[in-house]
Amino acid sequence: MKKVLEGSRAVAEAVKVCRPNVISAYPITPQTHIVENLSQMVADGDLKSEFINVESEFAAASVILGASVTGARTYSTTTSQGLLLMLEVLFNIAGLRLPVSITCANRSVSAPINIWNDHQDAMTIRDSGWIQLYAEDCQEAADMQIQAYKIGENPEISLPVMVNMDGFILTHAFEPVELIDPQMADKFLPTYKPNRYLTTKDPMTFGILAEPAYYMETRYRLVQAVDAAKLVIEEVANEFNQMFGRYSGGLVDKYRLEGAKTALVGMGSVVGTMREVVDELRDKGQNVGLLKVRAFRPFPKEAIFDALKDVDTIIVFEKALSLGWGGILLNEIKTVFYGKRKLPRLCGFLVGLGGRDIPNQSIIDAVKKAESETVEDQFVDLRTGLIGIGE
Amino acid sequence: MEKEESTMDKKVATKKKEPIVESQVAPGHRACAGCGELLAARLVMDAAGKNVIATCATGCLEVVSSAYPQSAWKMPWIHSLFENPAAVASGIEAALRALGREKEAFVIAQGGDGSTADIGIGCLSGMLERGHNILYVCYDNEAYMNTGVQRSGLTPFEASTSTAPSGEISWGKTTDKKPMPEIVAAHGIPYVATASVGYYADLQKKVKKALSIQGPKYIQIHCPCPLGWIHDPALTIKVAQIAVQTGLIPIFEMENGKITSVRKIIKKRPVEDYLKLQGRFRHLLKKTGGEDEIKRIQTIADHNIEKYHLM
Repeated sequence: MKKVLEGSRAVAEAVKVCRPNVISAYPITPQTHIVENLSQMVADGDLKSEFINVESEFAAASVILGASVTGARTYSTTTSQGLLLMLEVLFNIAGLRLPVSITCANRSVSAPINIWNDHQDAMTIRDSGWIQLYAEDCQEAADMQIQAYKIGENPEISLPVMVNMDGFILTHAFEPVELIDPQMADKFLPTYKPNRYLTTKDPMTFGILAEPAYYMETRYRLVQAVDAAKLVIEEVANEFNQMFGRYSGGLVDKYRLEGAKTALVGMGSVVGTMREVVDELRDKGQNVGLLKVRAFRPFPKEAIFDALKDVDTIIVFEKALSLGWGGILLNEIKTVFYGKRKLPRLCGFLVGLGGRDIPNQSIIDAVKKAESETVEDQFVDLRTGLIGIGE
Repeated sequence: MEKEESTMDKKVATKKKEPIVESQVAPGHRACAGCGELLAARLVMDAAGKNVIATCATGCLEVVSSAYPQSAWKMPWIHSLFENPAAVASGIEAALRALGREKEAFVIAQGGDGSTADIGIGCLSGMLERGHNILYVCYDNEAYMNTGVQRSGLTPFEASTSTAPSGEISWGKTTDKKPMPEIVAAHGIPYVATASVGYYADLQKKVKKALSIQGPKYIQIHCPCPLGWIHDPALTIKVAQIAVQTGLIPIFEMENGKITSVRKIIKKRPVEDYLKLQGRFRHLLKKTGGEDEIKRIQTIADHNIEKYHLM
């Protein structure tokens, strides 16, 4: 059944069919509509979850940690400052190998305070051991949520999964969304039954102290699990496609890359704009294609190489950077080609920081610029006059 | 006396393969000799019985008891972080309810004074305000012992710690203990109690009583730390008892915001009796002007006696 829904509502509906036992969250813009929708579902008896309203995001993450280790399926959602406040717990959740899931309504990070979209929040926690998926539209955000549990709860993986959707651009956008049938959801995602959890029937100690003789082995196992998730992410996407008729997961998504000499690369909602640009340039006879990176952690280096190995130029558009180094996605894609015979030219642009609008023309201009010179970390649509750089 | 000891030795020798007392906190952990905190934890868990799920803050208690591949905890137990034992316990309690397992176990959250009164007070306040059915136990050894005796919000007035030391122009900590029992009781929770490892029967009675009550409960247990307080490890119990007998550590119960019982002081002891046993107060006895400072500490004890009607 297709319905025109706000992105936040679409995600809440997807969470509902996943039947989380415990939800805990703290309100923060632009995540609020997701928690408000879920709260109402619980208040109306439509969703049988314990909804724990907490005093901070730090507590929200701690509550779902405690619930998950007791054997519950759990959900939370946050963004920006809230995600950073969760930071310590996020690393702990991954280390404890708990398959909790959260939606991050991606937003910039203060200062200056700004409630609009970019990817600096989620990118900052990329080394925490969480699986990170990025949605292009509301349908993907909803579909990825149910896939997130299926991936994380796989006993070989047992990892937390974060579904990223752009704040406001997706959370507050109304789009036609195909809702997931609850019975089919139950078939796709059976009840969570972990093989170890806190119970008096089989008492276990969790959160041990690992001295130097043991710590490296636990980290090795964690690294292995994150890497192994690549295969599972693909498997789950295929299984979802078989059951629901949509391929809305997986590691990467190729668009018009056949015979392309130039490939645009991006993550999240900006991919929609880039798709239009690719169509426009293709119509004009340019050999341009598009690669959408859906999974950023684990980083799908094999899939990216495979998709881009024949192009001459790669142009990355991204919404976060590692300060003092540069575009994160750009630099990670560079490493994909290290040691390979054919090295494409790599260009990188920063777009839409703090919610700056990204018109199609800005992408077109950037592509044109990249054709004549190799540029890195170029701020698109920078208002140079405002910061005293001659316009 | 000699005769008694030799009989005891014989008894132990013939029974040495069996533990003397079956405890929920196993021997063999790495706590220091005379550790008041481990003793308190054992008393709490043994009073609580087998049906318990426990959380534990980062700190001495966690470090000495859970180094892989060993664990001293016989119940299902989790350590997550320093500041979140109350929030993790909230999640456990919510999950038990959601999964229809609420009768399976009592949920007990454990933290030291630093975790409880300082870094984790937000999570504790949230847990209390939400009304979770959890017993929170604060093991109060009056400083950050695991990291080397730094000052906490529950360090007493003019104790010398490694971050608020006594010195040429300092008497140690400039403020007294944060009134945690009152702060906690102000949340309107049904049961708050203070206890001391010096009075173990009272402590265990309070744990049992707390667990019989639905809703959030809080017990704060005064636990001497021989290393941090600088006293003879053989004197842990004595130091704990004298603290109570001076009035510095009032022992009481508060039910629904009202004090319902206090441990009366039969023979009041001057605070010097307590201070002189511990190196952390030595500067008060050695330095010129220390007498006046001891008088100020006596005032705190006297104020407690009056406030809680200890005599």
